[in-house]
Amino acid sequence: MSTAWIVVLGAGAGTVLLKGLAPATLGGRALPRRLTGVMALLGPALLAALIVTNTFASGRELTVDPRAAGLAAALVAVALRAPVLVVILAAASTAGGLRAVT
Amino acid sequence: MLMQRTTYADGARRAWPLAVAVGGFGLTYGVLARQAGFSELQTILFSLVTFAGSAQFAAVSIVGDGGTAVAAVAAALLLNARYLPIGLSIAPWLTGRPLTRAAQGQVTVDESWAVSHLGGGRYDPRLLVGAGVSIYVAWVLCSTVGVLAGSVLGNPETLGLDAAFPALFLALLAGQVRQRRLLLAALAGGAVALAMVPLVPPGVPIVAASVVCLAGLRTPREPGAVEPARLVEARP
Repeated sequence: MSTAWIVVLGAGAGTVLLKGLAPATLGGRALPRRLTGVMALLGPALLAALIVTNTFASGRELTVDPRAAGLAAALVAVALRAPVLVVILAAASTAGGLRAVT
Repeated sequence: MLMQRTTYADGARRAWPLAVAVGGFGLTYGVLARQAGFSELQTILFSLVTFAGSAQFAAVSIVGDGGTAVAAVAAALLLNARYLPIGLSIAPWLTGRPLTRAAQGQVTVDESWAVSHLGGGRYDPRLLVGAGVSIYVAWVLCSTVGVLAGSVLGNPETLGLDAAFPALFLALLAGQVRQRRLLLAALAGGAVALAMVPLVPPGVPIVAASVVCLAGLRTPREPGAVEPARLVEARP
């Protein structure tokens, strides 16, 4: 089997399990209150982790490149309460524009 | 406290700007996967089964750089390990048979999960499915378009599409951090991830950031929080 097939089937099957396990086994059952407190913090913590790794990580190195300028533009757009699509377009056009002139 | 009844269409409506953005990534993914040596069938099947953009990007880029299948699968599953706790967070709010609930879990991605969050750890399954299915359709369709139109599009970095990812997550985060402790969790999570980047393989820093939410063990009961069991009973 080729590398690509192992990746598609292996990552695919693993992800289906990861996504389906808790909903299938724990549906409709209340979590203990303390666990709910933990879950409430999970979203912000993981989203922030996704933001910084997608902006500053290049493999295992930390870099500052046009993606950082894109994030700064997105921050401004969010502060101005712009719609999601505008936030994304601001980031993409800033990073793309910066690459075009450098 | 009775919630206003939401519909699948509400979820789709709230998700459409996200679906457009995700579609852009799908396009990029289709192009990059083909460049990395994935066949048309493999590229589209990967989107159909896995439905997790960042994991698919990671796996495809590792294979494209000559990495092993094991490394690519490990990176993808580490990036997707967050769906275990995410699944835990939505599970109490899902109804129906185990297979139905598992299917609802499959359309769970960061974006649909964020859209369905009502605050205080409460989730709306209709918003989740409405948003999730919309984003899924956009993801698979645009992956396919990317595969077919790949050579025409050029380098996605030139278009700044890589910078769109963090912007999307930032917009989602901004809608979530309405309380001080949530903002603190976000800052701590970001700091942990940043500190881990040089130390561990890609994907692991995101998983590591989840330790931050253990601080929630000390959270006092929220005044507005509703127990899942009571919420289900309150529904007609």
